[in-house]
Amino acid sequence: MSGPLARRLRVFRRNKLAVVGITILGLLILFCFVGPLVYHTEQTLTSLANSKLGPGVDGHPLGTDDLGYDLLGRLMLGGQTSLIIGLAAGLLATLIGTLWGTVAGYAGGWVDAVMMRIVDAGIAIPALFLLVVAAAIATPSVPMLILVIGFVSWLVPARLMRAESIALRSRAYVESMKVMGGGSVRAIGKHIIPNAIGTVIVNVTFQIADAVLLVAYVSFLGLGIPPPAANWGGMLSDGLTYAHDGAWWLILPPGLLIVMTVCAFNFIGDGLRDAFDVRFEGR
Amino acid sequence: MLGYDHLSITFGDVEATKEVSFEVKPGEVVAVVGESGSGKSVTAMSALGLLPRKAKVTGRIMLGGRDVRGLSGKELRELRGNEIAMVFQEPMTALNPVHTIGWQLAEAITLHRADRKGGVPDPKQKAVELLRMVGLDRPEHRLKQYPHELSGGMRQRVMIAMAIACDPKVIIADEPTTALDVTVQAEILDLLRELRDRLGTAIVLITHSMGVVADLADRVVVMYRGAVVETGGVDDVLLRPSHDYTKRLLKAVPRLGSGARQAEDVVEPVLSVRNLVVSFGGQRAVDDISFQIGKGEVVGLVGESGSGKTTAGRCTVGLQKPTDGSVELFGQDIAKLSARKMRPLTARIGMIFQDPASSLDPRMTIAECVAEPLVLHKAKDHRKRVDELLDAVELGAATRDRYPHELSGGQRQRVSIARALALNPDLLIADEPTSALDVSVQASILELFLDLQRRLKFSCLFISHDLAVVDMLANRVVVMHRGKIVEQGSRADVFGAPREDYTRRLLAAAPVPDPVEQRERRASRG
Repeated sequence: MSGPLARRLRVFRRNKLAVVGITILGLLILFCFVGPLVYHTEQTLTSLANSKLGPGVDGHPLGTDDLGYDLLGRLMLGGQTSLIIGLAAGLLATLIGTLWGTVAGYAGGWVDAVMMRIVDAGIAIPALFLLVVAAAIATPSVPMLILVIGFVSWLVPARLMRAESIALRSRAYVESMKVMGGGSVRAIGKHIIPNAIGTVIVNVTFQIADAVLLVAYVSFLGLGIPPPAANWGGMLSDGLTYAHDGAWWLILPPGLLIVMTVCAFNFIGDGLRDAFDVRFEGR
Repeated sequence: MLGYDHLSITFGDVEATKEVSFEVKPGEVVAVVGESGSGKSVTAMSALGLLPRKAKVTGRIMLGGRDVRGLSGKELRELRGNEIAMVFQEPMTALNPVHTIGWQLAEAITLHRADRKGGVPDPKQKAVELLRMVGLDRPEHRLKQYPHELSGGMRQRVMIAMAIACDPKVIIADEPTTALDVTVQAEILDLLRELRDRLGTAIVLITHSMGVVADLADRVVVMYRGAVVETGGVDDVLLRPSHDYTKRLLKAVPRLGSGARQAEDVVEPVLSVRNLVVSFGGQRAVDDISFQIGKGEVVGLVGESGSGKTTAGRCTVGLQKPTDGSVELFGQDIAKLSARKMRPLTARIGMIFQDPASSLDPRMTIAECVAEPLVLHKAKDHRKRVDELLDAVELGAATRDRYPHELSGGQRQRVSIARALALNPDLLIADEPTSALDVSVQASILELFLDLQRRLKFSCLFISHDLAVVDMLANRVVVMHRGKIVEQGSRADVFGAPREDYTRRLLAAAPVPDPVEQRERRASRG
């Protein structure tokens, strides 16, 4: 095998944890998106008579929640929301942060000062507060949550990328490109971002994990996407209310799935970082 | 005093040294010379017991009658400092930046004196004495200073003071002057010689510079790929080498006085620098300099570190904005050009940087690196041109799809040259393009450069601290010192009959790889 793509694949595959991560993610996607086609449940109408049934009771393998929804089916439905919002918001945040940070770092001077003061101001306002305000203005929906979470969580990647950009802009290969008559767009797009790709990718995985958790916080405050829609974070926080009733099956499964998702993305990020590093030929 | 007996060190599958044997007698300076990867540093480090755990060692390292390899951790610590001490290459990183000079000297003194009988002398008094011994002025004042407040040469003196704090019997000096300017290097070499004479310390001098060897060493050990290929007295090895490798190595060393290029009057300047000033926070890094480069002419810009030569070079290509004065490229003042008007000019200049490790984008293949100027200026038929260029710098087509980290330093510098020449530029700016390379690699790069310059007839500003290299390449020479031009003129005039005192000092300080001549130069320097 040769060529950059094949080489990347080879390095990625050699990272066992990354393979585990991609397997877990594949299974989660199958579970959330293909699962409902096989395992049909009622997820719109409540059934209070079947509230909080334990696992295995009345043909509910994981029991039911406080409104009588089948938990296994609910996990599938909630997973769709969590994964879509997590992925999209994480990517959006990293995209904005990467561009903002590299441009600020590369430009330097007053441009950098203005751009980074905006970031500082943004960091001073808690993301949760912005989410609450947004939820109060408009009814939360999946696209809206993606945009809001994306626009509140790009600040940290922007700071990281600014530091990378400052370090890379004075490298001789960037300077020599400037001497050759190359402009800033090429410097940033062709030299700086590709050489910071490790930071970008590791950041994406963190951002995705964070976004999944942010959806959970918002739901906990009752400002998430309104029922009958569901997400893992929301299910976890709802379940907490009944923890003292001994309804462990409401907490453990969604919690486990969130942990698995976050870990899977982190493992994948680790493998991708190696795969994109041309110097890396496996340990 | 120190003896290696069939010492072999392996790291995994790599043999760092093979059956190395040589001895160092008290009061003797033995130079271990070789290029990077020859195993010279590993050999020296092994005498301090400072090898990584994974190193496999066979053979014996005798120090004062004991085999270093059999010693415990505690015995080794006693050994270091008391019996054997080390002076490192980079005096900035070898000193701790958060402690004063006095603190660090006191540490070196007390750490070992405490183990000895007869009690501890007053460390402060001893520190002052040491600093005086290594020739630092106002020693009491120096004790309170931090490493960053001292110059490179002063820091190296402090390092040497720390090394001799406990009167070691052997000092291992690993490239002690490589990071220093020639004039400072000459002082440090004088200091080491004087300490040897006064204290009778044996010195193991690890170096790649034949000039340093000629200046200081009594005996020479030449290493090549982990093995000792030649040992002998300094005069024998340097003047009558017997091994092929030694001969090649000596032949590769550029020598002052070997230059032959003539200078002509500048009629059609491609670059004119007029009254250029660059200030950094009130400090004038470049102070009112003017020079020109004519068509097809190589101008050597020489000076020591901090002389402003690199800053001046950066101004000529627009990487640094001048505070005052002007830079004219091909008759146009670049400060007055818009980015769009500047673009066509950039196609006519090429630049080569010092560090081959950072001048190529690690994520681009060699072909992509070389093609970059072609892409930027929308040239046609990249593939063919890249092949031509790689061929011109004597790299095979097989390197096309490799990445920079897979190439050696010399190969990478060839790629940089290919990239700089991609658009057939009229002017090349080369900033210390060979100073990070081994001498034999440097020799081949310089030869290539000369050959290309004769064929393509580009003009060149060649920035270097190495007078011998400039002597070989340049038609004219510009000497800078503390931001100012002290002398400029034809190569033959500046190097053959320097008018200025500073130029003379610079020329006198550069060591030549001939021990007899070097002794005369030293004597005449006083």
